[in-house]
Amino acid sequence: MRKRILLLASLVAALAAIGAFASAQHAAARVVASVASCPTVKAGQLTIGTDNPAYPPWYAGGTHGSKWKINDPSTGKGYESAVAYAIAAKIGYARTKVSWTYVPFNKAFAPGSKSFDFDINQISYTPARAKVVTFSKSYYDVNQAIVVNKGTKIASVRSIAGLRSYKLGAQLGTTSYQFIKSRIKPSQTPSVPSSNAAAVLLLKNKQIDGLVVDLPTAFYVTAAQVPNSKILGQFENTAGQTTDHFGVVLQKGNPLAACVNKAITTLRANGTLKKLQQTWLAKATGAPILK
Amino acid sequence: MAGESDRRADLEVDRARGSRLVSSLRSGGDSRRSVAIALLSTVVFFVAVGVAITHAPGWPEVRSQFFNWGEFKATFPEVARAFLLNVKIFSIAEVLILAFALFLAVLRSLPGPVFFPLRMLAIVYADLFRGIPTILVIAMLGFGAPALGLSYIPKSVTFWGIVSLVLIYSAYVSEVYRAGIESIHPSQEAAARSLGLSHGQTLRRVILPQAVRRVIPPLLNDFIGLQKDTALVGTLGAIEAFQQSQIDTNATFNFTAYLSAAVLFVAITIPLARFTDWLILRDRRRRVAGGTA
Repeated sequence: MRKRILLLASLVAALAAIGAFASAQHAAARVVASVASCPTVKAGQLTIGTDNPAYPPWYAGGTHGSKWKINDPSTGKGYESAVAYAIAAKIGYARTKVSWTYVPFNKAFAPGSKSFDFDINQISYTPARAKVVTFSKSYYDVNQAIVVNKGTKIASVRSIAGLRSYKLGAQLGTTSYQFIKSRIKPSQTPSVPSSNAAAVLLLKNKQIDGLVVDLPTAFYVTAAQVPNSKILGQFENTAGQTTDHFGVVLQKGNPLAACVNKAITTLRANGTLKKLQQTWLAKATGAPILK
Repeated sequence: MAGESDRRADLEVDRARGSRLVSSLRSGGDSRRSVAIALLSTVVFFVAVGVAITHAPGWPEVRSQFFNWGEFKATFPEVARAFLLNVKIFSIAEVLILAFALFLAVLRSLPGPVFFPLRMLAIVYADLFRGIPTILVIAMLGFGAPALGLSYIPKSVTFWGIVSLVLIYSAYVSEVYRAGIESIHPSQEAAARSLGLSHGQTLRRVILPQAVRRVIPPLLNDFIGLQKDTALVGTLGAIEAFQQSQIDTNATFNFTAYLSAAVLFVAITIPLARFTDWLILRDRRRRVAGGTA
């Protein structure tokens, strides 16, 4: 029985590899910029950074024997991994020329030369951040959402105003925290733990009543991280003048940004981004909107 | 009479300090020349370091990302407000630590084979909590204890942060107390016991008053360490000065907020360090004055 499953698994893997190879070749045929005009940290290679662990639905699969936890970004699976490879193909780097490197969030914007060409790690664009690093165009417009434990008092709230009296939390470094401060304006000081794991634990332990995260992450939290939790709702993406969106981060003034932007524009125009969102983030749409 | 001896002690202490200062300057021959050389080498050293840093290729970037006046002004008030939580944490923790550590030290100094288990417990405690990194204890208690789901256990991360700091620092401070207790000459205890005082009375009225006074400087030293370690409670999600500065840093990708936090920590640790120095000096004066202490 186990043998048959193994056989099946390897067959699927082989098919996936062939498929990926074929699509990479296909994509390489339509590169938007030549490798020469898109210089990289390591010549002939595209080095992409992200944080470890790499969480779903942004990354998926393949951690066996890898230094990556939860998911390995080099599988090409998961939304950000897929987008990263699609961008790479558009600027002329085949899958084999792409390598991933561990970049903790802080390191993505620390001064000095960068160890990566671009970093793709659910980093929201803000004008202040854009003074320090170069952001690409949006590869995902993100909505914030709130996750709560089922059966708790906060679980019956139906409006933003109703959330005000509760103890809320958001992970450090996210626009989720900015959202709590500027839109919900809670009466209790929110909790701002340093990692996703810590934030999830606080919710699990009921040390906070609600956790604000981006919507796709909220689906992962409810599905895998906090049993008996639910998405109370999502919030409309109208904060400020710009919509909250994720961009890949590059060293300030890196000319590669122009190449990446061209690639993202093409991927958006030809429907690739939408297709990848349907594949990896399909679940992340149907949550009630809190006003 | 006492005033005169005090003054004499002052003079002696001043003379002792003065001669040490001069001799440190006078390492090579004529004193005026030495002072000039010391001044010059100090100026040259700091100018060289300053030039090396400000002429580094990345300096403009470092200056705008770490020493940005606009960012400093913008972040300081909020970080200062968050710093009140640090003050609250170390104030509460310090009181508990001083009491709990004294209890541990006394346990460890109990004489006789009967108390072996208690002494052993105190030793194991000190070994364990001096061995585990503070941040691990904070993470384990801050996330672990509330996870038990017991309704009578507080869930506040600040509460568990304080508990962790008390556990860790009591281990260090109990060792400081113990060093103080052991520095008191055994003849003191023998004399007290021969006067008919019990072990407890001897400890309370003879040994501890002398021992504690002797270890005040190292106690304050640990207190400074505690003040800085309150920043670790932030990892649990409590918004204290460091976590607030991290929030600001992550919002703007500018590290100057760290400087705001650093300034606040230094602003309270430096006066405490000077106060410790003053206590040491006063203690020395008293001893030079002939045991009026």
